[in-house]
Amino acid sequence: MTDFLMPKLGADMTQGRLIEWFKKPGERIVRGEVIAVVETDKANVDVESWVAGTLQKILVAPGGDWLPVGTPLAVIEPEAGAAAEAPPSFAAPPVAAAPKPAPPVVTPAVPAGPGAPVPAPPIPEPVSAPVAPGERVPVSPIARKRAAALGLDAATIRGTGPGGRITLDDVERASRERPAPVAPAVAAPAADKRQRMRDAIAAAMARSKREIPHYYLGTTIDLSKALAWLAEANAKLPVAERLLAGVLLIKAAALALREVPELNGFWIDGRAQRSEAIHAGVAISLRGGGLVAPAIHGADKLALPELMQRVTDLVARARAGSLKSSEMTDPTITITSLGERGVEAVYGVIYPPQLALVGFGKVVERPWAVDGAVGVRPVVTATLSGDHRATDGHRGALYLDALDRLLQAPDKL
Amino acid sequence: MTNEEIKAKVIGILASVVPELEPAELAADKSLRDQLDIDSVDFLNFVVGLSKTFGIEIAETDYRHLYTLDACVAYLAAHATA
Repeated sequence: MTDFLMPKLGADMTQGRLIEWFKKPGERIVRGEVIAVVETDKANVDVESWVAGTLQKILVAPGGDWLPVGTPLAVIEPEAGAAAEAPPSFAAPPVAAAPKPAPPVVTPAVPAGPGAPVPAPPIPEPVSAPVAPGERVPVSPIARKRAAALGLDAATIRGTGPGGRITLDDVERASRERPAPVAPAVAAPAADKRQRMRDAIAAAMARSKREIPHYYLGTTIDLSKALAWLAEANAKLPVAERLLAGVLLIKAAALALREVPELNGFWIDGRAQRSEAIHAGVAISLRGGGLVAPAIHGADKLALPELMQRVTDLVARARAGSLKSSEMTDPTITITSLGERGVEAVYGVIYPPQLALVGFGKVVERPWAVDGAVGVRPVVTATLSGDHRATDGHRGALYLDALDRLLQAPDKL
Repeated sequence: MTNEEIKAKVIGILASVVPELEPAELAADKSLRDQLDIDSVDFLNFVVGLSKTFGIEIAETDYRHLYTLDACVAYLAAHATA
């Protein structure tokens, strides 16, 4: 038997709320399958199982209280011979104020009253739900977001879209038809959500600055070759397939890590642990404030069109609040770009327990000397924030040098 | 298609990119990026929406004609065939 615990979906997560189960007791689980949705301070996350087996028992009903990371949510009987692979480690020193994992708590769907969680009898089957619990309900991201905002459980909404997909209209209709006011614990006001995200960012960033001795490097990179190559490539492509300059930067940043792998990985138990795989955490700002940095897996190996597609997909899902648990826990480095809003350089704060952060500023035209002659070139300031426990400035400098060199040969990216 | 019809469609596409858009608060002659805090991915999605809805290919070099609502309407009125 294995307990399926409230996962830690990033260094800044201390608590989560179970929103939905996609499995019911007795059903088989394939490793990597999405079995539940957990609300974090930042997003609703599709949580994947790290073990293959059978769901034995659900311990926590959807829509209940916020629970500390590590709280058992369900019991899984692992398949014979299937070793449970540990989820990516965020076992690094916990945030000082993080609550200890609580003993198993069974939470009623609607709490009896503030501060009075009562142990509930075995989870009742939802009555007259159009979709059986455990069945994955097809729901558009915008509808899911709206339903969450209204405190509605997607599984109880009847979908009228293609294949029973739940549309925004279905959510609005379900909201109008809802007879009773929502229980206070179910609908999280937007202001609370914003505050929780600020709290999560505050905890992670304070930990970063408390524990990680940062060093900062910056260099200005001539982008004239990269941008000329991009304009030429895009001129042949329909709008929907065009590449953004940011995608070239992400690819180059990922490839450069192959040359300086000490920057890629985690600081765990007093040691740097390098990661073979390069999972680029792309910082995405959210409307209304806050940010997330979910991973693009194997970013160094993706061809530019595929990387572009992953970036647009990730941005859309991050903003709709629909990310996967592996995307939240996997990033081996973070890449941030503040150039969109006009700053020329960003000296980022490392997201613990990662080892480094790469920043890009705005692309600007500047006088630039080449072979003794001055011309006007588009340039970008690339920065590296490194964990001085893991690497020294010399290695960091080699990284930025590799990044520059890779961006001078855009056709090879 | 009248300019008003074009404008309504453009606002519809913007709303799909920026769900919290309040059309009444949108100044037609001011930068969409500044007003709506959209980034390059949002802007690309907006251009893809325009291209699909109006049935035209929009060259990257023409993006600068799409920075305000008024400019979009003028550009689309001149180029759209649908």
